[in-house]
Amino acid sequence: MTDMLLEVDGLHVSYGKAEVLHGISLAMKPGSILTVIGANGAGKTTLLNAIMGLIPSTGQIRYNGQPIPRTVEARVAAGLCLVPEKRELFGTMTVEDNIELGGFLRSKHEREQMQEEVYQRFPRLAERRKQLAGTLSGGERQMLALARALMSRPRLLLLDEPSLGLAPKIVADILQIVAELRTTGVSILLVEQNARAALEIADEGYLVELGEVRKSGPAAELANDPSLMEGYLGRQDSED
Amino acid sequence: MNFNSKRFSLAAGALILLAVLPMLPVPPFWITLLNNIGIASLVAIGLVLLTGVGGLTSFGQAAFCGFGAYTTAVLTTAYGISPWLTLPLSLAMGALIALPLGLITVRLSGHFLPLGTLAWGIAIYYLLGQIDMLGRHDGIAGIPPLSIGDHRFMSGSSIYYVIWTFVILTAIAAQNLLDSRVGRAIRALRGGGQAPEAFGVNVVRAKLTVFVLAGVTAALAGWLYAHMQRAINPTPFGINMGIEYLLMAVVGGAGYVWGAIFGASIVLVLKEVLQRYLPDLIGSTANFEMIVFGILLVLILQFARDGLWAFILRLFPLASARKISADAPLLEKRPTAPQGSSLIKVEKARKTFGGLVAVNDVSFEVTAGQIVGLIGPNGAGKSTTFDLITGMNSLTSGTVSFAGKQLSGRSPRDIAGQGIARTFQHPKILPDMTVLENVALGAHQRGHSGVAKSILRLERGEEASLLAEAATQLERVGLGEFKDRPAGDLALGQIRILEIARALALDPAVLLLDEPAAGLRLGEKKELATLLRKLRSEGMSILLVEHDMSFVMGLVDHLVVLDFGTLIAEGSPADVRKNPAVIAAYLGGVA
Amino acid sequence: MDLTIATFLVQDGLTNGAIYALLGLALVLVFSVTRVIFIPQGEFVAYGAMTLSFLDAGRFPPTASLLLCFGCLVFLLNLWDMRREFSVSGLARNALLNLALPAAIYLLAVTLASTQPGAMVKALLTILIIAPMGLYVYRIAYKPLADASVLVLLIVSVGVHLALMGLGLVFFGAEGLRAKALSSGMFMVGSFPVSAQSLWIYGATIAIIVGLYFFFEKTLLGKALRATAVNRVGARLVGVRTQLTGVTAFVLAATIGAVSGILIGPIATVYYDTGFLIGLKGFVAAIIGGLASFPVTAFAAIGVGIVEAFTSFYASSYKEVIVFGLIIPVLVWLSISTTVHEDE
Repeated sequence: MTDMLLEVDGLHVSYGKAEVLHGISLAMKPGSILTVIGANGAGKTTLLNAIMGLIPSTGQIRYNGQPIPRTVEARVAAGLCLVPEKRELFGTMTVEDNIELGGFLRSKHEREQMQEEVYQRFPRLAERRKQLAGTLSGGERQMLALARALMSRPRLLLLDEPSLGLAPKIVADILQIVAELRTTGVSILLVEQNARAALEIADEGYLVELGEVRKSGPAAELANDPSLMEGYLGRQDSED
Repeated sequence: MNFNSKRFSLAAGALILLAVLPMLPVPPFWITLLNNIGIASLVAIGLVLLTGVGGLTSFGQAAFCGFGAYTTAVLTTAYGISPWLTLPLSLAMGALIALPLGLITVRLSGHFLPLGTLAWGIAIYYLLGQIDMLGRHDGIAGIPPLSIGDHRFMSGSSIYYVIWTFVILTAIAAQNLLDSRVGRAIRALRGGGQAPEAFGVNVVRAKLTVFVLAGVTAALAGWLYAHMQRAINPTPFGINMGIEYLLMAVVGGAGYVWGAIFGASIVLVLKEVLQRYLPDLIGSTANFEMIVFGILLVLILQFARDGLWAFILRLFPLASARKISADAPLLEKRPTAPQGSSLIKVEKARKTFGGLVAVNDVSFEVTAGQIVGLIGPNGAGKSTTFDLITGMNSLTSGTVSFAGKQLSGRSPRDIAGQGIARTFQHPKILPDMTVLENVALGAHQRGHSGVAKSILRLERGEEASLLAEAATQLERVGLGEFKDRPAGDLALGQIRILEIARALALDPAVLLLDEPAAGLRLGEKKELATLLRKLRSEGMSILLVEHDMSFVMGLVDHLVVLDFGTLIAEGSPADVRKNPAVIAAYLGGVA
Repeated sequence: MDLTIATFLVQDGLTNGAIYALLGLALVLVFSVTRVIFIPQGEFVAYGAMTLSFLDAGRFPPTASLLLCFGCLVFLLNLWDMRREFSVSGLARNALLNLALPAAIYLLAVTLASTQPGAMVKALLTILIIAPMGLYVYRIAYKPLADASVLVLLIVSVGVHLALMGLGLVFFGAEGLRAKALSSGMFMVGSFPVSAQSLWIYGATIAIIVGLYFFFEKTLLGKALRATAVNRVGARLVGVRTQLTGVTAFVLAATIGAVSGILIGPIATVYYDTGFLIGLKGFVAAIIGGLASFPVTAFAAIGVGIVEAFTSFYASSYKEVIVFGLIIPVLVWLSISTTVHEDE
């Protein structure tokens, strides 16, 4: 098991008195894409936030064979990076500043190097360097959020609903970029409601329902699992 | 009010002690101290209402004392008016000045009110010191004592009874107020602005009410102070005292009326002790107690944010169930719409944010007796559509009407008043209030009694009806056994049901539910579906926004499917489920 | 009114306004980064002015002892926090920052106090003594409350203000002090006399504003502070520690406070409680700037200074009434122009 990049074991999260994650376990290999799919309120975002350290959790998280560092900042330094559902960009700052800040914990040299790479990968952002992040379109914002995340040279990228609110063509572009990132050695934990598209690019899939893992396995298998379709669209005869 | 016996005997003991104390051979400065505590308690009670209950605060309460004190000082000395006649005038002065100041600041975010009071507390202090009629910095002397018939309350131990009578009456009045319909609205302020508006509370008015009341209690304190000291000057109405009053409210526990008296006692006794012993310790005389006060304030907020009174209450737990009177008259109900008539009609509703079209010319209808599901993937515009109906967001174009009446442009409160009640995707309950009180908040618009009636308990009949209604709705949804528990104790599924009960307490024509099944366990979902069916059979119309298709399939009569802000399908669940566009929207790619 | 009086009043207003501007900027800085409404900013001004006065008189500034006390307290608090996760490097850092640093400053103050160094040296020593207090005040009072509401943080600020003001009384006594000017003398600009001290004030204010501009626009740490103000979650996600930005904002505020004190010390008699009123005038400006805008705050502060100068000439006894009363029309205007009424 030590060759795993991330191992989550029996993760519980509660908001006040209500427990929303009831002991989630998952494991991912370095260099892979793992996707977590499931309905709204299943706890997918909570899972990512807990792995990132934004919210307290109980249970074990091991990263790179070691217990994961305690604070968000230490986790960023160790190579984790979350692109949250709401993007959380610095709206009144320029694209350039947003990207530069992505490399806050890296050396100046690394930062400059990464900046070049990022602008190459997202030429659209290079054109808009001086524009304020708040004035970008939805797709551009998602690109900026990804670009900012890449600046921290992550080993494990946590993506929360990268396709949310984007037009289908842009969704395809974004997922394409995600697939490309894997080839550069970045591992990706992808939370996505666009289940079919996510399973297409992923190696492994987990179906989470009501804070528990319901199903897991190779992505290709899950994609052809008829019960998945049911989980999403409902079985008409299941209700009385 | 429900006391258990331990609390009751404690309160009775305290009251008797208070009554006989001046007759015991105690040093006179004890009585002076107690008089000061009484006066400060009045101000602190106002601050407890404002800060602890309403979530606002003020550093300028000492200035309101000043208005009360100077009003009576001028009227009694210059015009010879009896102090008892100046009492209402002093109080009116407090209210009159609080009102415009409140109007200015309550719409701003929370910290502008305290900052404003800080600045104007200083301005008032300097102003009092400049006005000739008010005796400038020397103030006004020769204020007559209070008197009844021939008895003049000259000595400390005689005015003692006057002061403490006012303190106890004010505390009871505050307690009565909090335990009423208006009080519930004030207590709901802490939960944030939008939710109370959505079930019909006028948030601006509630904030103003509590600010004015705090001003009035401070003016009362000032009036008493003037007749106790019989000479006043600007010093006790300056910003330092303003800060000290806030300290008392925080120490006692911002949220407990009796805690205010407790806080005032601690601060003033501490001040007395410090002023006596600190100078010896440090070797000079000056106001060193401010160091201790400052540190105390920081420590309490760091370690006991609920104040010290909370610890005392914990020693005497309150174990009481609220009595629901079975014969309370029923609240008026709105006439039910005939089955099948049009209730909510959305026509070409459009909402754009900047360049983004969130809702794209969507039209659909909810008719009486129907459950309609509004579904679609995340980001499809469901919540925005929902907000357009409830008035949380305004339409860019198109119309929303209810039973033929236009809803566009109305406030959420107005729309609630029309009979459209809603729940929230992220439940907005007040965790410290009981389940019953949370539900009673939903019936806010069905009661009419105001502040005065509440304080005097003249609204008990109406209050009983409101609580009975809340209890009825809790029974209806199956949460009856939890009614006296704090709402924060419930599990998520129960909280969602609680929100439905609260919405039902409005006696709505339509229920709007925002993702009621999100985060629920399978069993809870089934119970919820059963409940919604039951409500429909009782004639309730329901519009629910849902992401989870399996939940709505067997439940709704009609489905409306949105994707990218556009209506892509509409019809019976069976038809919608087979629609290729819907399948593609949910699973992605081409199905 | 004749022109000479008017120019004199404007100059007076500009001088005070420049100092209010510094305070207003510090307040906006601290609020936007940490959500703390920093009432005690004025105490740093008083501490700065009085420290300089003590040094002028060849006496040892008691603020250096106070700094040492604060440092020891923070050392102990950090030690207590480390009881679960002890590390040697953490202990070393703690000792260095909270014991060695204030001790070194203390020793420097002991050595320099009696030697009557030049004005510049005294000014720098004053800054050196006051600036770390920002760090310690943050650690002691605010860090444990990082997730509290703006309202709670505001009440805490009032507590800190009371404590610091009281400590000022203990350490400096109740007497007012006046420092020597950084340089004395008058210049003629055209036909108007301008004092050298007011040139210092203008120069220092402009230097600090330009410095802040470069810090926020050009340095990564400055951008991190802005980022924290814009989006806290976003800032944490790129690895910016809340504590780092908090400490930076408070140390900057303390530094600006010390500089303000050095500037105002020679032109006004400063008492232990003078800082509060001066600080609140900075607040009037900051509130006009909505606690968010640096340029509006700076211009508003100049306005406050000028209003104050003219009222002290025409209606001197109503000076404070008018200056603090200014807040009412400002709030009216904010209330009308704002559409948001959600708390936080």
